[in-house]
Amino acid sequence: MSTYHLSTYKKMALNYSKEVMDHFLHPRNIGEMKNYDGFAEVGNPVCGDQLGFYIKVKDGKIKDVKFLSFGCASNIATASILTEKVKGMSLEEAKKYDWNKVVKDLGGLPKQKVHCSILAIDGLKKAIEDYEGKKN
Amino acid sequence: MTNVYLDNSATTKLDPRVLEKMKPYFDSKYGNASSIHAMGQENHIVLTKCKEEIAKLINGNPESIIFTGSATEANNMIIKGVAEKNKESYSAKATETPGKHILISTIEHPSVKKSAEYLKSQGFDIELIPVNSDGLVELDQVKKMIKPETILISVMTINNEIGTIQPIKQIAEFAKKNNILFHTDAVQAVPYVDLDVKGWGVDFLSLSAHKFNGPLGVGIAYLADRRSVTPLIHGGGQEYGVRGGTYNIPGIVGMTEALKLAYAEKDEYINQVSDLTQYLWKRIQEEIDDVSLNGSTEHRTPNNLNILFKRIEGEAILMDLSVKGINVSTGSACSAENLRPSSVLSKIGLEDNDLNSNIRFTLGKFNTKEEIDYTVDSLVETVRRLRSFTPIK
Repeated sequence: MSTYHLSTYKKMALNYSKEVMDHFLHPRNIGEMKNYDGFAEVGNPVCGDQLGFYIKVKDGKIKDVKFLSFGCASNIATASILTEKVKGMSLEEAKKYDWNKVVKDLGGLPKQKVHCSILAIDGLKKAIEDYEGKKN
Repeated sequence: MTNVYLDNSATTKLDPRVLEKMKPYFDSKYGNASSIHAMGQENHIVLTKCKEEIAKLINGNPESIIFTGSATEANNMIIKGVAEKNKESYSAKATETPGKHILISTIEHPSVKKSAEYLKSQGFDIELIPVNSDGLVELDQVKKMIKPETILISVMTINNEIGTIQPIKQIAEFAKKNNILFHTDAVQAVPYVDLDVKGWGVDFLSLSAHKFNGPLGVGIAYLADRRSVTPLIHGGGQEYGVRGGTYNIPGIVGMTEALKLAYAEKDEYINQVSDLTQYLWKRIQEEIDDVSLNGSTEHRTPNNLNILFKRIEGEAILMDLSVKGINVSTGSACSAENLRPSSVLSKIGLEDNDLNSNIRFTLGKFNTKEEIDYTVDSLVETVRRLRSFTPIK
């Protein structure tokens, strides 16, 4: 066994940024949520990735958000950073958060992985819609 | 941080003994083997000797060995070259139409598949031979698919993703009886199968040195009859005019040495790699739930484990292991350049849900038990982490 420094892998793997690797290895707000107000599951039929989003809402704001992932490193990372960004946001603001911002937040994504950010945005929006549908 | 390499079907480490053999041809014996002066002619002798030695190892003719830059080039040369030649040879006889039907297995490497797709765009009739749920091509299936216009059948010796060993001899014999040319891409076969070009009766065979601890950048197109292909690379008349380009003597010397060593040390290596691979699979089964092996257990190379890890995604497993210094491959969705699920796994009947949950471990001659133990310890952690947040029940 020869030795390499961890940073070599973090830098080199599929050209993932430091942020992507950090969120992949230490995803924020991950896991199931009990007593949620809105939930949605989305999937990408091409690559097979899936995401589940839970939200808890108070006074029109996202009080808590959690997610589940069946997906690659960038699938996990995009959902993770999105939950971090929208926690505490009003529903209206959160609905406007777009995938370009997610890519930027992560310090960029490899071209073939940009679709992951679109799936994450879609999942969050659908969870909000689920909440709004129930409310009405 | 350790570095464990379990991706030996992608490429292998150059054997240090091979490197030693190659060295003089970079810095002292560097004559162009086509030159007439002494330095050139000395290397031409080396080239001839290498072909003789390789011919012995694969039971073929030295004159049929054409060195290429890769097996991808060899596959392109053979698939496209046969098609092109067939068109040419009929052009004089206006009453006959050239055969345009080519059969390739559905699990071929992209260099065969894409070459065939290109031919399809040029008006050829390309059909894919399916595999059974073990990942094996069945002769009966081939029998059903040939037509009077079939000019070529191509079936790989060993599949690169699941390591399944195909019934090459049977298919080659059948092709011969029906006057159809037969090609096998044997890139993954060394040293797991004794290559026997004459015994099998294959017309074409492809090899690549870097798959058996030889150097990158050198391959072989074995052409039983060189006249059966139209050249792909035109140049200075090297390789009987079949493949232009200055002879890569260091690469050719390296390939020859690597092939010699691979077969000389075959028994010892096979024992060692079988033990390690079985040990890896045994520990995985004991310590991780909901795993299964993809492809035939019987007709399979002893260094390949392609494993389904239910409910979690392959590339996530790969990346998590990569951070721990363990290098494996997915060969399935979201692999480095391609988001589409693996071609082979979908063909052997895996359910859609499971297509993206597979990891290929391919061991090689430099792996140790210590590395395998470290791999399983890490893998247990990786699978536990990823399964802790999967939405799939």
